[in-house]
Amino acid sequence: MSEVLEGSNYSQPTDDGHFGEFGGRFVAETLTHALDEFAALYEQMKHDPEFKRELHHDLTHYVGRPTPLYLAERMTAELGGAAIYLKREDLNHTGAHKVCNTVGQALLAKRMGKPRVIAETGAGQHGVATATVAARLGLECDIYMGEEDVRRQSLNVYRMKLMGARVIPVTSGSKTLKDAMNEAMRDWVTNVDNTHYIIGTVAGPHPYPMVVRDFASIIGQEARAQMLEQEGRLPNVVVACVGGGSNAMGIFHPFINDVDVDLVGVEAGGHGIDSGAHAAPLNDGKVGVLHGNRSYLMSDDDGQIMETHSISAGLDYPGVGPEHSYLKDIGRATYSSATDDEAMQAFRMLNQREGILPALETSHALAWVVANAPKMSKDDIILVNLSGRGDKDILTVADIDGITLT
Amino acid sequence: MITAETNTGPDTRIKRTFAQLKEQGRKALISFITAGDPSPEFTVAGLHALVAGGADLLELGIPFSDPEAEGPTIQAANERALAGGITLKQVLVMVTEFRQQDSQTPIILMGYLNSVLAMQDFAQKAAQAGVDGLIMVNLPPEEGSELQAQLAANGMDLIYLIAPTTTQVRAAEIISKASGFIYYVSLKGITGAGNLRTDEVGIRTSELRATTDIPLCVGFGIRDAQTAAALSEHADGVVVGSVLVEKMAAGTDPDVIGKSLQQTIADIRQGLDRQN
Repeated sequence: MSEVLEGSNYSQPTDDGHFGEFGGRFVAETLTHALDEFAALYEQMKHDPEFKRELHHDLTHYVGRPTPLYLAERMTAELGGAAIYLKREDLNHTGAHKVCNTVGQALLAKRMGKPRVIAETGAGQHGVATATVAARLGLECDIYMGEEDVRRQSLNVYRMKLMGARVIPVTSGSKTLKDAMNEAMRDWVTNVDNTHYIIGTVAGPHPYPMVVRDFASIIGQEARAQMLEQEGRLPNVVVACVGGGSNAMGIFHPFINDVDVDLVGVEAGGHGIDSGAHAAPLNDGKVGVLHGNRSYLMSDDDGQIMETHSISAGLDYPGVGPEHSYLKDIGRATYSSATDDEAMQAFRMLNQREGILPALETSHALAWVVANAPKMSKDDIILVNLSGRGDKDILTVADIDGITLT
Repeated sequence: MITAETNTGPDTRIKRTFAQLKEQGRKALISFITAGDPSPEFTVAGLHALVAGGADLLELGIPFSDPEAEGPTIQAANERALAGGITLKQVLVMVTEFRQQDSQTPIILMGYLNSVLAMQDFAQKAAQAGVDGLIMVNLPPEEGSELQAQLAANGMDLIYLIAPTTTQVRAAEIISKASGFIYYVSLKGITGAGNLRTDEVGIRTSELRATTDIPLCVGFGIRDAQTAAALSEHADGVVVGSVLVEKMAAGTDPDVIGKSLQQTIADIRQGLDRQN
């Protein structure tokens, strides 16, 4: 384990938003003031009893927390190795961990007096989670979504519209998550006076990687306490899928000082790392700057951002949150990948052995479990962040199976 | 009055140009086109046409896959240029070629940090090609000191931006780190936007002008001679981009486009010179 962490006093980022050489704030000057205001308000609210009470109230009575920690007995038995515990984030209101962040940021938007929120979305889970809180708080809501993702995730598009949000298809570039984020930035720079941009992952300019991590950390806080209660000890490994990396950061963060607990992120391997058609910057990328921060990135020799591929829209992103890049470089977390096919196999196993329909994103973390649990001892424990449910992916999966649903 | 450090630095094409304009009582006209748009053979010819039409400084866009501060016009220019396979290396070759006929007009590359980070020894190579300055849309001064030092060591300026949302305290900090000139972003929005308020820009630029002697140029959303003239009243120059890039889009013949660019910039030049 890295020497940096001995003494267990991890405290990142710095005041100006750096995680080692990563993170920071690389944005158009017009946005700096809004980011300063947002960071200042967040610092204040973090310690504000009334804000904390309101957040806790919403997470309990609206989102439905705490989510269960569930021992997947049949899957454990089938794989024949470590015990597999699932942190059931699929049981959050709206079906994924994303809502923990949007509830928090919407409360901040309200305190900033901003009547409008915007968001980017890939799989649509963050868009749905943003539309949800906007409806509840009476905020105007526009969601940017790549045209390709609008097609892949039509169910979530309709859900957002039902809640009164406007879904704006983005036709530039690769028509996926990164392009939706570009377009959301353009909107924000234009409407910064009345609009809060709810970034949905632990990327973007400071303070977003920190704010989103903190709101998502409820996952790890609960799971850590539940694990101690149910097993009387901490897991050997915590595993989560990584696109931008919010669900992984959320479950990792409360375990960072537990240096005996391995943290494993699983990126989208697409058709395989060697094929180049993937979305795995921590496995096969280089350090660069995109969307406001410095991090590992999939870019070519000329610095152009490469088009990515993943079966899961939510992981189909060329960058990754800067704190993951930092955790990789200091050796506190390791980052593996799972291909589309491996994710599909794990997806089917969870359906058939546990009666749980996971998101395709989440299935990448499960693929790591399928590959690695058998190699571990029966006394070992794996904690998996079951970050979201797969209802939104039914059409994609049916399509793979050659079935047309009407 | 804040005097920017580098303003007392070595003699550069940018500094000479602003000094001459000041002497002549004229405002700087800065043009923007994207390198390699709509295809590589248009660029050098276009730059010479802009100088012939009255541009004093030339901004040349480095095409980038994710130009997050650009409006639809310049986004499309980036896409056209990238479709032709242009690289930063080729952009520098274009500058070298331009310099064979024009050793005086400053060239400022404008783009996004990832392009520059991807090239080893960028500062040296850019200086050798004849580049005078760099505008990085997504590099605020807090993150820019390393690149600024590398550029300065090669006689080039890193030009910082100030926006309508920049506080006075922060503006003073930016000015204290400024080199070349200050680029005042005239509106909250993306390039080519239509929500320009000349009166508001005038108030802010005259405030900024009172605090520094470094040249102050205004850009974003300037489409015609009248607006250019109005905005230059409290500034040292104006930047014109999207309206020129629109001409490139129509292009099938570099000569025809060159004439069209020259005419467009000449009209704006006339408006500027009449006003001042």
